[in-house]
Amino acid sequence: MTPGLHHYLIVSALLFSLGLLGVVARRNLFVIFMGLELMLNAANLALVAFSRYHNNLNGQVMVFFIITVAAAEVAVGLALLVALYRKRQTAHVEDLTSLKL
Amino acid sequence: MEHAAVVQHAVESGSKIQDLAWAILILPLVMAFGTAVLTPKNRTLSAAFNISGVVVAFLLSFTLFCVFGGQSADATPFHWLPVAGLDAEIGLHLDALSTLMLMVVTGVGSLVMIYSTGYMHEDRSYTRFFSTLSLFVFSMLGIVLANNLLMLFVFWELVGVSSYLLIGFWYEKPSAGDASKKAFLTNRIGDFGFMLGILAIWGLAGTLDIAALKAKFVANPALLGPWAGLAGLLIFMGAMGKSAQFPLHVWLPDAMEGPTPVSALIHAATMVAAGVYMLCRVFFLYTATPGWPAALGFLDGISAASIITCIGGFTALFAAVIAVQQDDIKRILAYSTLSQLGLMVMAVGLGAKTGDASASMYHLVTHAGFKAMLFLGAGSVIHACHHEQDIWKMGGLRPKMPKTFWTFALGTAALAGLPPFSGFYSKDEILAVALEANPIFFGVGILVTVLTTFYMSRLVLVAFFGKPRGEGADHAHESPSSMTLPLLVLAVPSAFIAWLPLGEFLSGHFKPGHAAHGGDILFGPFNHNPIAAIFGLGAVLFGFSLAYSLYGKSPAQDPLSSKLGLFSQAMRNRFYIDEIYDGIVVPLHNLLSQIADAIDRWLIAGLAVRGLSGVVEIAGRALRLVQTGSIQTYAFLFTAGVLLIVLLALK
Repeated sequence: MTPGLHHYLIVSALLFSLGLLGVVARRNLFVIFMGLELMLNAANLALVAFSRYHNNLNGQVMVFFIITVAAAEVAVGLALLVALYRKRQTAHVEDLTSLKL
Repeated sequence: MEHAAVVQHAVESGSKIQDLAWAILILPLVMAFGTAVLTPKNRTLSAAFNISGVVVAFLLSFTLFCVFGGQSADATPFHWLPVAGLDAEIGLHLDALSTLMLMVVTGVGSLVMIYSTGYMHEDRSYTRFFSTLSLFVFSMLGIVLANNLLMLFVFWELVGVSSYLLIGFWYEKPSAGDASKKAFLTNRIGDFGFMLGILAIWGLAGTLDIAALKAKFVANPALLGPWAGLAGLLIFMGAMGKSAQFPLHVWLPDAMEGPTPVSALIHAATMVAAGVYMLCRVFFLYTATPGWPAALGFLDGISAASIITCIGGFTALFAAVIAVQQDDIKRILAYSTLSQLGLMVMAVGLGAKTGDASASMYHLVTHAGFKAMLFLGAGSVIHACHHEQDIWKMGGLRPKMPKTFWTFALGTAALAGLPPFSGFYSKDEILAVALEANPIFFGVGILVTVLTTFYMSRLVLVAFFGKPRGEGADHAHESPSSMTLPLLVLAVPSAFIAWLPLGEFLSGHFKPGHAAHGGDILFGPFNHNPIAAIFGLGAVLFGFSLAYSLYGKSPAQDPLSSKLGLFSQAMRNRFYIDEIYDGIVVPLHNLLSQIADAIDRWLIAGLAVRGLSGVVEIAGRALRLVQTGSIQTYAFLFTAGVLLIVLLALK
């Protein structure tokens, strides 16, 4: 049995859900950030799967762009996180409420 | 003919002589504000300005009286509020009534002001007194000259305000403050009815101009249809407040807390007469065809005028009975004023049958003279006795204060109705009208005359004869000439005004072309209506002999009190009217105000205002919980929302 499109899509949906769970439920900024990356890659997987299925390279080109942008985003995001950690000695969202009333 | 020619000439020439009325009206106002603003520290100058203002107004009034001699004329009006359907003018109307009243107001006003320079000499608010008095004269002249009911109402209220200011002139005294509030509030009740009456007339007749209204009523006596009676009574409510008719009479005796010159001018001669004057102004309202709305059907057959007659007659008798057992010299005079006002109101009501209210106006004019003189005389006595007002602490003042005594005696004779003094003739007119219209009220009039003579004789015999009963009366001395001079001047009209054909002059206003009695004025009453005249004279003699038998020997205490027993107690306590009001009206008012307060506090402020803001606040607090500020919550909600939409879309 060769894996068909729907297998890839199910894996992609599972990855996306796991990522979302991480973003919504976890309290550590690093884990939330990793959850976000997971969701991005779930989308990438879906795009690649569709691209292969339709024999159309547009999807793969899109994925390259996404990976590039995501790399930049990770660089900026991690830098922010490190700076924040140095300033506040914590990466927990519950401790970062100084803007709240 | 001569007058007509002068008037004709005045109308044709560019500047109208009747515009002098504006000067009469404005002069006291200018003086009132001028002295209050410019010379508040200079007592002599303030007094001089205010007195000269009113004296000049009197001279101008006299000029107008001579020029017009009872003919109608209108000064150039000032259009105050030209609104759709209502052209509220400030217009001045001159006729027999208003020119005569102008002279009474400014004449008595100037004498009272001159008198006040003596009476108020030691008062520190001397300037305030004079400028308020001028303000009063201005307001009163406004009532007299008003050519429409709206303007009349405005000045009516102004008179109420100046009366309030003057009754409460010595505001440091709690009793004076209370009396001024009582006067103002009691008048408000009457004025409210008056305002409703004015609105009713405007709504039904479409105009407030008195001359236009009169013309409409002449053309159609049933103009107001079923509302005639009610409108008449509502208008009368205004007079009931100002002229202190039962049951709104309670403020007048208390108003004696004000300085005595104020009592003389406002609460004897002019303001309290405004009600009667106003009734004479709108007299056509009471001669119109009577009618009542269906809800008041039980009043069918009774005209507003007959109700007015009853109230007037009752007030006259009621107040006269109370006056018999009062001890305060000013209160005796106050109840006497009430009683005489009752007679005038009664005469208006009775006059509606014959279409001639001249008897009432005539008595108003003579009464203004002698009652002002009596009050000023009483002020002179009070001044001499070091502010002692109880007549049982006076006595033996006759040799010490001859001028005051003689003028006071003359005033008493005039008030009692002894010929040939003025009161006899005017009261005789009222008695004659009553005899013609309704013999019951003739009886009331005779009874009031007996009582009037009795209590006035009592006052004179106790206060001026016998031996001094108190410290103050022992050291009494005649008042300064600034106070006795006005008394002597006022004595002239009190004695002789009836020798002028005033009755016919006024009669001519109500019934133009009506041939009056004419002939010998001095003995006229005995010729044209001997029954009224003889009964009137008999009543005076009877009242005097009764008083002389009781008080002639100068008793130390009132012998009548023990004879009348409980009834005397009731009379001394003014038949407990004030107590009844305290017992009924005040709790009722308190209850109403508490209900209003509860509605305001709980319904309007509580439910409507705080309730609304409370709902908004609670909703806001609830919605605030949704805004956690945490990205994760938003992300969760966002995802949940997307899932929901997808699920719905897939269905």
